[in-house]
Amino acid sequence: MNKIISYAAAGLLFISIFSACQQGRRLPFYGERHAEAVKDAAGVEKIDTVYQTIPDWAFLNQDSVVTTNKVTDGKIYIADFFFTSCTTICPTMHRNLMTVYNEFKTNPDVMFVSHTIDFKYDKPSALKKYAQKLGVDGLKWQFLYGSKDSVYTLAEKSYLVAVGEDSTAKDGYIHQGYLVLIDKDRRIRGAYDGTKEEQVEQLKKDIPVLLAEYKK
Amino acid sequence: MRKYIISSIFFFSIIAVIVSCQSQQQIDLQNYMSNGKDIYKAKCQNCHGENGEGLGELAPPLTDSVFLKSNKMRLACIIKNGANETFLIHGKAYKEKMPAFPELADIDVAQVMVYVTNSFGNHQGFVPYSEVSKQLQHCK
Repeated sequence: MNKIISYAAAGLLFISIFSACQQGRRLPFYGERHAEAVKDAAGVEKIDTVYQTIPDWAFLNQDSVVTTNKVTDGKIYIADFFFTSCTTICPTMHRNLMTVYNEFKTNPDVMFVSHTIDFKYDKPSALKKYAQKLGVDGLKWQFLYGSKDSVYTLAEKSYLVAVGEDSTAKDGYIHQGYLVLIDKDRRIRGAYDGTKEEQVEQLKKDIPVLLAEYKK
Repeated sequence: MRKYIISSIFFFSIIAVIVSCQSQQQIDLQNYMSNGKDIYKAKCQNCHGENGEGLGELAPPLTDSVFLKSNKMRLACIIKNGANETFLIHGKAYKEKMPAFPELADIDVAQVMVYVTNSFGNHQGFVPYSEVSKQLQHCK
């Protein structure tokens, strides 16, 4: 009899450990962070961690409409850097990102933002043509054009993606192929190599995890 | 009787040798296919896809056997020098520019061409390097 009870206790312990593990999955925070003294609702002062956020931005989208960070308010979004005449990693990145787009097309809380780094050629009309040929309709996936300075600074300082002009590269530019996951509070919560299918699969699994954080 | 058995064994072994020996051309084809696959992965796959499915309207699929057959003599030139014209593939127009790959040697072009024209549901058979080399000298 004693034996049965101890077995049952051990079994319950295992079950509770496993279920606790499953609840706990949260995405990490990327970038700089610092501690700040804040007052909570009751007016008690306490120390809180403040994470790096994406600053305000304003660019032209594929419809030549001025678009700001306001379009991403209340949404999580995936950002990347590319250019339309790129023949190396961009087609693979966007082939993979397209599968994410198709999976979350109907979810109003998810958005996609692609910045071009080709400030000479990729005017909004070129971006529009590219989007249509890729198979993207509407503004759930925004293709954004901006000056070299604004886009490159945003990429390197805020999204932590390296970009640059390079006359020795085949298409004239070099850049990393990261798909960066941003939460509703504009913090970086993930970076996935868009040229690697298994990392893109991980992104598809992480999006619902991030969305679940905001479900109350 | 013994003579009959010996001669039949001899006969069968001759047949076995012929069957198991592949022709030189078949060995070449396998050789081109495996090298061509590596080149395809490195140079073509990012746009045309792992299974030759293409990418939206940006890059055409490589599964139109009729197109590949009717443009047989031009394929090598297109692979090496790129293309800047409208192609009608599976009845759809593709207008995007294809980049050139000047770094590919003639043998590379031959191997990747043989790979593409014998994969993704295409069965055009073997084209030797010497012939591809000749085509490349007469590109427009």
